[in-house]
Amino acid sequence: MSVQSDSVRPHPVQAYSPREFHRQAHDALGNPQIRANFRKAMDGLMTKRHDSFGDWDLEILRELGANIRLRALAKLPDLLEQLEANCEANGIRVHWAEDGDQACRIIRELCESHDARSVIKGKSMVSEEMHLNAHLEEAGIEALESDLGEYLVQLNEQTPSHIIMPAIHLNTDEISEIMHDKTGTERTRDVDTMTAAARQQLRERFMAADVGVSGVNFAVAETGTLCLVENEGNGRMTTTVPPVHIAVTGIEKVVEHLRDVPPLYALLTRSATGQHVTTYFNMISGPRKPEEHDGPQEVHLVLVDSGRSSIYQDDELLDTLRCIRCGACMNHCPVYTRVGGHTYGTTYPGPIGSILSPHLMGLEDTKDLPTASSLCGACGEVCPVKIPIPDLLVRLRRESVGEGRGNVPGAGVKRTRKEAAAWKGFEWLATHPGVWRAGTSMAGKLRALTPSRLGAWTDYRSAPKPAGTTLHALVKQHEAKRHQADKAAEEKRP
Amino acid sequence: MTPVKCYPSKPEKVYFFGTCLIDLFYPEAGLDGIRLLEREGIEVVFPEDQTCCGQPAYTSGYQQEARAVAAAQLDLFPEPWPIVVPSGSCGGMMRTHYPQLFAGSEREALAKAVAGRVFELTEFLVHVCHLRLEDRGEPEKVAMHTSCSARREMGLADTGPVLLAKLGQVELVEQARAAECCGFGGTFAVRHPEVSAAMVEDKTQAIEATGARRFVTSDCGCMMNISGRFAHQKKSVKGEHIASYLWRRTS
Amino acid sequence: MSARDAILKRLRERADGPLTPPECDFAVVTNRGWSPEERLERFERWITSVHGEVIHVATHDWTTALVDVLTAKGVQRLALGREHPVAAEARRALVDAEVELVDVDRDIEAWKREQFERVDAGLTSTLGGIAETGSLWLWPTPDEPRLISLVPPIHIAVLDADTLEDTFFDVVERPGWAGGMPTNALLISGPSKTADIEQTLAYGVHGPRELVVLVRHAGGATEAGA
Repeated sequence: MSVQSDSVRPHPVQAYSPREFHRQAHDALGNPQIRANFRKAMDGLMTKRHDSFGDWDLEILRELGANIRLRALAKLPDLLEQLEANCEANGIRVHWAEDGDQACRIIRELCESHDARSVIKGKSMVSEEMHLNAHLEEAGIEALESDLGEYLVQLNEQTPSHIIMPAIHLNTDEISEIMHDKTGTERTRDVDTMTAAARQQLRERFMAADVGVSGVNFAVAETGTLCLVENEGNGRMTTTVPPVHIAVTGIEKVVEHLRDVPPLYALLTRSATGQHVTTYFNMISGPRKPEEHDGPQEVHLVLVDSGRSSIYQDDELLDTLRCIRCGACMNHCPVYTRVGGHTYGTTYPGPIGSILSPHLMGLEDTKDLPTASSLCGACGEVCPVKIPIPDLLVRLRRESVGEGRGNVPGAGVKRTRKEAAAWKGFEWLATHPGVWRAGTSMAGKLRALTPSRLGAWTDYRSAPKPAGTTLHALVKQHEAKRHQADKAAEEKRP
Repeated sequence: MTPVKCYPSKPEKVYFFGTCLIDLFYPEAGLDGIRLLEREGIEVVFPEDQTCCGQPAYTSGYQQEARAVAAAQLDLFPEPWPIVVPSGSCGGMMRTHYPQLFAGSEREALAKAVAGRVFELTEFLVHVCHLRLEDRGEPEKVAMHTSCSARREMGLADTGPVLLAKLGQVELVEQARAAECCGFGGTFAVRHPEVSAAMVEDKTQAIEATGARRFVTSDCGCMMNISGRFAHQKKSVKGEHIASYLWRRTS
Repeated sequence: MSARDAILKRLRERADGPLTPPECDFAVVTNRGWSPEERLERFERWITSVHGEVIHVATHDWTTALVDVLTAKGVQRLALGREHPVAAEARRALVDAEVELVDVDRDIEAWKREQFERVDAGLTSTLGGIAETGSLWLWPTPDEPRLISLVPPIHIAVLDADTLEDTFFDVVERPGWAGGMPTNALLISGPSKTADIEQTLAYGVHGPRELVVLVRHAGGATEAGA
């Protein structure tokens, strides 16, 4: 089944690479449309999130969310086995994949065993992470995204720029143009018309699909249940209409109990889009039973490791695995807002991407991501499961200059002799106060000679000039004056 | 969430940690902070051997170097007095990250003790000194930029505005996206200059749009960034450390 | 070694040692203590805020309202179950109506295109609802399969007011879902929607464009109106 049919051609997906962060950032910053699209979207999402938690004791809810995720991680191997056993008992076949390639092979082979030519997809970031669509297309199997945003991005031969809102980088006019070019839809600015057209186009594909592939938001160990969160109904279609449903997810997505789900769901929808609830919460605990009339005949769950068990080894890095993929850290990140999702060149952009991608792709490729943050803390502040993202960014900076624990692939790749020597020099100065004072005092005296251009800083800002006198010196003068005044006061006394 | 901090009653003496940026670029801000404290009847001790809190190395990933620099500061505060820092960024480093830097080492207890005594200047003036101010300046509109470290790492979004509100003639203006980072971020501004520039550009526009001709901040990193942008564009909006602003208007 | 065993081995032999699971306090997601009136008010507020329609009816003649809805929306072909009392009563009430009743106790393969293209509305019962989020709780059955709440452009759901719970957590806990999950359990909170085109909300992207909830009151519809 590797013959390529005429109707299926691998799409040349527009390539972004984390190695090119600087160039891609430069391009995005110079693109007023991109800038405007993201600014508007992020402003709206921040406001909506803020409003949606109005009635809640958010800090207590976040605490609970963090603890649920930590409890699940603490018991992870047991829960995965329990999940597997309960899924199998429910009739869901469970597969394990060491990495994305193996997961792709498993899914392709499942498709081939059903002679499947057409796969319809619900939103799954893990499938993006492992480039499933390209893999299937190489095997002559067409994979079509059905989430409207993913569909638009796929039509435009791009990758998602946000994990929740894949087409957030596009505005209405651009989308109208894409739909016109790729599907013959009449140009319009009316969103309802475009939505209706996409509905029509995709309904045919749901009916024709041989296999539905979805992600998983929470996998419940206690009951062997796969939970999917969505608004559109494409997730339900994908997991109900085709005869085979394959769910693919990272091993960290498991939770222990069904009761763990409501708090996480409450946090997820509010953090992601400021919704108090999504339209659909779809809980799948098995394929169609003999007496049932719809639903897939087969359900498969593919559990993907792909670097996660390696993150799991380290007490600090472990927190990365708490993530429930809400995207709030992106929505609140001043860097993401400026450069957009594609600039990162990774499946997961923004702050969570910058702490996750180095594990998935290695620091050789991703070394510019942990530094692409001003450490303003907005991401950590809004994270619904309280991942200390800024601390993890610093940890990865440590790893990339070879001063961490060496637990990240490519550790030390960013260390240069010049920079290391500079920081050693800083250390020496800052631990020799006498020399420090002499140096700072000298800088003040020579301020006229300090350069008025300081590399990139002065492309956009005036250069700071050392003051003529240091605070050390000012304090000395100030204390001397005070002593004099005290003395004078004392002398006046009889 | 920052845990609720129990504030001590006003002490007789405090240490003052001036920070390296103030030492080199904005010494008057440091001195004005000292003057404000002294006016409250507090004796201010300025340990002469202080240099830098170590944050630049820390956020760049140079952990050993940061630890060595921090270790040198730990010994400067032997008496149990509060340590006042006119910067949320350096204060946050000392309060939050010193204990982490020395975790598991023999200096852990000392690092925790020092961290527990660190106060950001505006925090100290509001919550410990219960500062009263008599405004002698002209009526003026002013914008405030609270640093991200003060706002989020130290949980001090309000102390700056509280102090400004005590100045009778000063109107603190609302600013679009006030909580958003100015783009400084220490070495971030150097490593990602274009992104940082886009951020400071938006920040200066937001401040300018308020109509205020002056902005105050409690962090000199932000000030260097925002003022530097205004100056580069030959704009007349001026920045001032909040300590200087308070001292200037009330002395 | 299989991928499974290798992954589990790595997780079990964790370099930094075993982890201690923290305690979880669920108080924040339960114990709302709302009265039935408060529950109903919240349910209605939330589900209408996302474009759901709520119609209060007396339990004894809810089918009158059903007929009105079908007429108002021009429904000509209605998909519905057979055995559930909701379906059975609806069938009786619609026996002389203009509306054609579409049987759903057929394997989907036999009538996929018909369901996708030639059904105007699907009628389902519900097992309850959630006041805090304005959600309906459905467990599809052979009598009322999964797709009739998804594929037709209009979904009409029948909810008994006294089955409302405060929160999702309460819904999961009280009836003890974990003791036996159906193949598919659903929460439905409004019609299908998307905001993927420049954050502009549009309804009916894949599922129903309209969701009508007939809230039945044992004491009569006026009880709710008050």
